[in-house]
Amino acid sequence: MAEVLAARRGQVTRTGPAPTDLVCDRRSTAGSVSQRACTFCGSRVVLYPIADAVHLVHGPVGCAVYTWDIRGAVSSGPQLHRLSFSTDLRERHVVFGGERQLEECLLELIDKHSPSAAFVYATCIVGVIGDDVEAVCRSVAERTGIPVIPVSSEGFKGTKRDGYTAACRALEQLIGTAPTDGIARASVNLLGDFNLAGEIWIIRDYLQRMGVEVVANLTGDGRVADIRRAHGAGLNLVQCSGSTLELARMMQEKYGTPFRRVSYFGFEDMAEALYGVAEHFRDTTMAERTRELVIEEIQAALPIVQDLRADLEGKRAAIYVGGAFKAISLVKALRTLGMRTVLVGSQTGNAEDYRHLAVLCDPGTVIVDDSNPRELAAFLVEQDVDLFIGGVKERPIAYKLGVAFCDHNHERKIPLEGFVGMVNFAREIHASVTSPVWQFVPRKEQARGTSTFSGKRS
Amino acid sequence: MTALPGQAPSDGIRGDTGAPGGTAAGGKKAGTGKKAGTGKDGRPVSTTNACRMCMPLGACLAFAGVEGTVPILHGGQGCATYIRRYLISHFNEPLDIGSSSFDESATVFGGEADLAQGIHNLVTAYGPQVVGVATTCLAETIGEDVPQILTRIRRGDAHLPEIIGVSTPSYAGTHADGYQAAVTAVVEALAGDEPGDGVTLLPGIVSPADLRHLHELAGAFGVPATVVPDFSDSLDGPIAAEHPRLRPGGTPLHGLARCGGNIAAVTLGGLAAPGVANAGELLHERFGIEHHRLPLPIGIRLTDDLVHVLTLAFGHGPAPWVEAERGRLVDAYVDGHKYLSGRRAVVYGDEDLVVGIAAFLSEIGIRPVACASGGRSGNLRSALRTAAPELADLEDLQVVEDADFERIDALTRETAPDLLVGHSKGYPTARALGIPLIRIGLPIHDRLGGQRLQHLGYRGAQRLFDQIVNTLIEREQSSSPVGYAYM
Repeated sequence: MAEVLAARRGQVTRTGPAPTDLVCDRRSTAGSVSQRACTFCGSRVVLYPIADAVHLVHGPVGCAVYTWDIRGAVSSGPQLHRLSFSTDLRERHVVFGGERQLEECLLELIDKHSPSAAFVYATCIVGVIGDDVEAVCRSVAERTGIPVIPVSSEGFKGTKRDGYTAACRALEQLIGTAPTDGIARASVNLLGDFNLAGEIWIIRDYLQRMGVEVVANLTGDGRVADIRRAHGAGLNLVQCSGSTLELARMMQEKYGTPFRRVSYFGFEDMAEALYGVAEHFRDTTMAERTRELVIEEIQAALPIVQDLRADLEGKRAAIYVGGAFKAISLVKALRTLGMRTVLVGSQTGNAEDYRHLAVLCDPGTVIVDDSNPRELAAFLVEQDVDLFIGGVKERPIAYKLGVAFCDHNHERKIPLEGFVGMVNFAREIHASVTSPVWQFVPRKEQARGTSTFSGKRS
Repeated sequence: MTALPGQAPSDGIRGDTGAPGGTAAGGKKAGTGKKAGTGKDGRPVSTTNACRMCMPLGACLAFAGVEGTVPILHGGQGCATYIRRYLISHFNEPLDIGSSSFDESATVFGGEADLAQGIHNLVTAYGPQVVGVATTCLAETIGEDVPQILTRIRRGDAHLPEIIGVSTPSYAGTHADGYQAAVTAVVEALAGDEPGDGVTLLPGIVSPADLRHLHELAGAFGVPATVVPDFSDSLDGPIAAEHPRLRPGGTPLHGLARCGGNIAAVTLGGLAAPGVANAGELLHERFGIEHHRLPLPIGIRLTDDLVHVLTLAFGHGPAPWVEAERGRLVDAYVDGHKYLSGRRAVVYGDEDLVVGIAAFLSEIGIRPVACASGGRSGNLRSALRTAAPELADLEDLQVVEDADFERIDALTRETAPDLLVGHSKGYPTARALGIPLIRIGLPIHDRLGGQRLQHLGYRGAQRLFDQIVNTLIEREQSSSPVGYAYM
């Protein structure tokens, strides 16, 4: 493991007879070229999909630019979340403070766009220049009559996980501020689903067919009015648990709302999530409907997936995603396709998730926390990987080495959740793995011992 | 800055001619239009969909174009990651940027130890010949004295490679400013006056394909040029069997060593915020080398300018293929001119590119009706006026610096052009208004091959010309009830 910096040795392990517990949930090693962003990023990803709110990034322009309409989080109505609002602080604000700029921007944007709420994201320098963001938000909320919520997301304050916490605290301020009349007993909130490529609509459709009401989407295709009455739901379903588990715990404590951790990726976990809901509400009719739904969906999807599996059987996969809980689902989903995971890691996984992964994966699998391009590239080669699942920053690492790729990050345009999502997932992987272009990549040419430019053609 | 008669002031004047849908075009109406926002002169206070990136991004891009160089940002972890993500989406190429990963205590007590550790870890992992350190708004705001810190870090370890620092707080300028500041810092640190018989070219932000073509064009005079920076290989490299520790390519360090000893230096573009030093001027001052400032060579006339300067510098003309390419381009201009005559375009993006593109459009018969940039050099209008005679006294040409896309969208609605010319972030406007978008510059996030877009030289003009003509033909063809299959 020559590619691993000494300071990061504890964040890399291999499954086997004596796997070690992974060191995780710590700040990125300076100079390690982490694939993580920052606290601001954590907050921004969680709150971004709320479509009828103004999301104002308070700081110099960069943080707003890099998060302008970059995610596949779609809305069925308002599109306000897709605009990038910035207070665009300049030198004079750094010297004299940015409170007035913030207040004027808020009033201007609220007047122009009539949002249902406004979120104000603090970036690195806001505290340093002494802005009292909370006070400005309070005053603007009073003047405009809408919730104006500060998000304490200064980039340096911690890791991306701390940004999730800041986002959950912001949501906490909205929840419980509207009446819950008329909400059915069998009702849920969907936490940690960001409606990438319309995924939350797939899940809502399943729940509707089961007879379950969805009160609030947190936050995919989210609306402020729904979130305000989320405390009226009978159950919280927590996907992407890294980001919103804290909100679920808070709601349990404050409102007694129970929660279940779920994943909508892969046949197994999707079915388990739905059965869990039926079980929770102890409703035999619902349980029966759920069984019918799962059978119907799997009957439609399975033949397609099995057909694709024929070409994928025995291929070796690597996974590097935001959260480790999702990685667990992906390992299982890959198994459904006959593929073996030989490298798996995440930006923000916790010890429990990594332990689960270590048990789940075959011996010899490399597990990494908060990895970087050098490590990932070295392990891709060492583990002779055929497919890499990751996001934009991982894609060129894979492609440069001639490895197939499946985009499983927030930019994706193809829904991968649900039973239909498993079909899409299989098709995505199949499309990349079976492409004829790999015959030309140097790794394969070397293996064949051919090279046009040395006169050795096969 | 003071507004010249008959023109809008070009610094901080996002609302200069009124709100979206404002009636009259024309710079004369500066500040008198319908109120667009709550700020002074009706200018919105907030920025919506900025038309620029931040200074550290530009610095990282410049450092990526120097041989064996790894950039590191002194600030929070997110800056490096966001910038990587943004640039990777354009170049489709790995790009590693380190970070000192500020935490709360670094913010209170200073991040020197983190920067030192970050540099050491980068050196261990990458074995670079140069580490490029760019600051962020956080480091600058807490008052880090980075030059002093770097001196101490160098002193603490004699085995460290060259370390170059550049000050790039996001609030002080755009990515183009950060780029130029970093190029100047590189030249300041590494340029020497070893005798050379070629030229030093210092282009603004262009594509890897453009950088390759600059080598070809200057090389047509018989001597390889030194192009600073040069990310033609590092950000558009071939596929490899292994992941190399360092990206290939970059301006060679031995090339930098003769930057000041070459026969001339030419800045191509170079519009930047006041106070950002120019590398060509620095070379001239320090080494007495002849220095020319030209716009980016886009189109025939601006490429002619470069060829002319090089012809004088070398004392002879280029290889015959250059003239042949020019000849074919003129031939193409003639073949296609009728499709373009009287068409109107809105151009936006980096100031350097806006100037070059506007001059090019003018020479093929398309009238730029609005030129907008997120940059704030204060010189965009004057640069446009001198870049093309057609632009010298265009009364109704709207020029807006410090523009965001809300402003550009309003300008486009107001002027109803035939074409939008700029990077991919203008797509929402193009889509909403049904106006074709000619993609140029950076970022191209919605198409493949942003790194291969060629804008410069006769060859780049040929590509742009064909694309523009064909876009307009296609538009007519697909909206025609007849559906002719011939031109």
